[in-house]
Amino acid sequence: MTVADNSQTPVLEAKGISKTFPGVKALQDVSVSLRRGEVHALVGENGAGKSTLIKVLTGVYQLDAGQLLLHGNSVSFASPRAAQDAGISTIYQEVNLVPLQSGARNLYLGREPRTALGLIDFKRMNRDAKALLSDFNIDADPTVPVATLALGAQQMISVARAISLEASVVIMDEPTSSLESREVETLFRLIERLKADGVAIVYVSHRLDELYRICDQVTVLRDGRLVHSGPIADLPRQQLVATMLGRELLAQHSRSSSAVVQPPDAAKVAPVLVADSLNRRGLLHDVSVEIRPGEVVGLGGLLGAGRSETAKAILGAQILDSGHVSVGGSPVALGSPARSIAAGVVLLPEDRKADGILPNLSIKDNIVLAALPRLSKSGVFSDSAANKLVATFMQRLNIKAFGPSQKVGTLSGGNQQKVLLARWLCLEPRILMLDEPTRGIDVGAKAEVRRLIDELAEQGLGVLLISSETEELVDGSHRVLVLREGSIVDELDGHRLNEGDLVHAIAGTLGGETSA
Amino acid sequence: MSEATATGSRRSLDRDGATVFLQENGVYVALLLLVAYNAVFTRRWVTVDNIKLQLVLVAPILIVALGMALVIGTEGIDLSVGATMAISASVIGQLLDRGINSYVIVVAVLIAGMLVGSIAGTLVAFFEVQPIVATLALLVAGRGLAIVLQASNLSVSDPTISRFGIGKFLGIQAPFYDALVPVVIIALVVRRTVFGRRVVAIGDNVRASYLSGIPVRRTLVTVYMISGVLAAWAGLVVTARTSTNDPSTNGLYYELLAITAVVVGGTPLSGGRVRVIGTIAGALVMQLIASTLIFHGVSDAVSKIATAVIIILAVYAQRKRARS
Repeated sequence: MTVADNSQTPVLEAKGISKTFPGVKALQDVSVSLRRGEVHALVGENGAGKSTLIKVLTGVYQLDAGQLLLHGNSVSFASPRAAQDAGISTIYQEVNLVPLQSGARNLYLGREPRTALGLIDFKRMNRDAKALLSDFNIDADPTVPVATLALGAQQMISVARAISLEASVVIMDEPTSSLESREVETLFRLIERLKADGVAIVYVSHRLDELYRICDQVTVLRDGRLVHSGPIADLPRQQLVATMLGRELLAQHSRSSSAVVQPPDAAKVAPVLVADSLNRRGLLHDVSVEIRPGEVVGLGGLLGAGRSETAKAILGAQILDSGHVSVGGSPVALGSPARSIAAGVVLLPEDRKADGILPNLSIKDNIVLAALPRLSKSGVFSDSAANKLVATFMQRLNIKAFGPSQKVGTLSGGNQQKVLLARWLCLEPRILMLDEPTRGIDVGAKAEVRRLIDELAEQGLGVLLISSETEELVDGSHRVLVLREGSIVDELDGHRLNEGDLVHAIAGTLGGETSA
Repeated sequence: MSEATATGSRRSLDRDGATVFLQENGVYVALLLLVAYNAVFTRRWVTVDNIKLQLVLVAPILIVALGMALVIGTEGIDLSVGATMAISASVIGQLLDRGINSYVIVVAVLIAGMLVGSIAGTLVAFFEVQPIVATLALLVAGRGLAIVLQASNLSVSDPTISRFGIGKFLGIQAPFYDALVPVVIIALVVRRTVFGRRVVAIGDNVRASYLSGIPVRRTLVTVYMISGVLAAWAGLVVTARTSTNDPSTNGLYYELLAITAVVVGGTPLSGGRVRVIGTIAGALVMQLIASTLIFHGVSDAVSKIATAVIIILAVYAQRKRARS
């Protein structure tokens, strides 16, 4: 390989990359170029295409269209190994070490020093590993199985491995998500050192402070497209968030333009749901939510801010250190979704496939799942009652299918979502929590789901609406709570309930309306 | 309105319909082929007596396979069933030695099976031990315990117990009815009860089931308890039929035979589905293959290899199904 080692030539350049999965255009015509000694931030919300782009760069996925240039030469990586051999090293969000092997073995996996007999030279390997770690100021014993080390130490070992591979490109996918602040400092020192050595770094993180601290360039992806690329210093923080979320900063759609009826008078109606001081170390800090009958409360914030965790905590599916939830004035014992559901709290989960549908079972089986006890007499299931219920909801929610016996896994995303909504609505819940209810479903279904939410609230249901789309939150909610790093940092209602203020609140540039 | 739908599913319905039919109904085709082959090529095979005999011989495997089908429906596996049968034999022997009432013995045997199942279920549901590991431990320990408990007298002459194995009703021996009762019960449980629906829901997506308020742990423990009870019942049937309560032979390899019957019958190992009729057909296919080979004087060793080939074919067919 001829290395045109010219600081003007990007180390790695992706040109016009497209990648399509069945039914999803994950990347469309995305270009990005990584230069020597630069830290390049890659940002975007869930599903924006960050992971796909990383996987294309590292040989996990083959690209459908476009070109990869390494040191100016066209390359294609048939496998992750090929990318690694070419000098592209990746540190994943989840630590991917061999858990039961020592730190030293992990550091030298596949390139162990050998003795004259061709056996692994453990002495030398351990010595080298120790030297390497202390050189990087990493405080971890390389001779014990990595599973026995703290998560942070494991992450540092995988960073050290990536660096010791003498890579020319290091891709870090949320490297700080499991690190404590002291470890983050160590990581940043390592990154500075890599920069000085001329390595190109891709840095993926949702923590804006970090991005502005260590990154030089930023590329923003949204819905699989490149929406911004340039020096990070030229893109103020709130503008970055607005670009990520796809909102014009100064757009001031006010909620009054939408069809949502006025919220119930807070003074007159007692809340149907009170969640008080939910705490979970590292996830939630004193999160409190109150919802009145007929009220839609939005929950905003960036990915990882604690939105889904809050909903799961209220459902009893998230382990908490402390906190109370009561429904209609009576406390609900936490820790069991079954009890919370019995009390009238239901959750439409964010991850439809993993947490929601039973893909190989029929629409009917999926809808009646939570309602089984009420469709049965002493444990014997009444088919006729179930058929009636399913027919009612398939019609009411306009579920398009061959019939109630079609497998849910074969439905479109929007229809799957409606099946899940039917599962919950047939329970006649008091609190409906919706985690990204319109993600990944087509425009028509989206509008139907939004209309349905409004309708349900009018009928007196309390709704908790989680969304990454500021427009959806502003248009669909009576008030919006904003989470940042596990704490509620703001509550928007009345005249402050607009997209501009919401973006500022999410970005943490409070009082930004004057500076914008 | 129900005509309109996602285009993807229509395409997959049309695509290789014949393959899909075979994957779904392969066990019935195999059963028909076996009967047809024997009707033509095996002398004195299609006789009332032989057919009755086959239905009797298949009974213990079928009883165990019913419980196994439920367990596999939850994406689990129960390797302890053979050992439970051995425990059943030893319990019968011990209690007969002590002159306990025969009907009390039957109840005690079923309770013993339920206990073994509840241990397996607790390990799986509450301690989150992988089913294969939890029940493998019970396979080893269970048969060990059964041999420790082995009665001094290995022959069973109690007339009440024997009736479950060699009694006759309407010209057919008791084991046929011993299997018929659980077949009917399990079929009803799977089709008509809340419990049956929860079993397949857990097998299809345990996390979604939990988040939907399904009592996942309770359901899992119950499933393993049912499997244990059925295994103990099968152990009693074998004891009664062979008039011996030898724990070192009773139920040997039954876990494998039962798994094979379930898988050949079309219940996927990945869970989410329980096929009761398929399991009956699967057990019959296994039985008829063994019988066919015996009729043709094929050695036991060769018939074991034939069994292995069938297992591989069945799992291969499922792999296709999982992909499509």
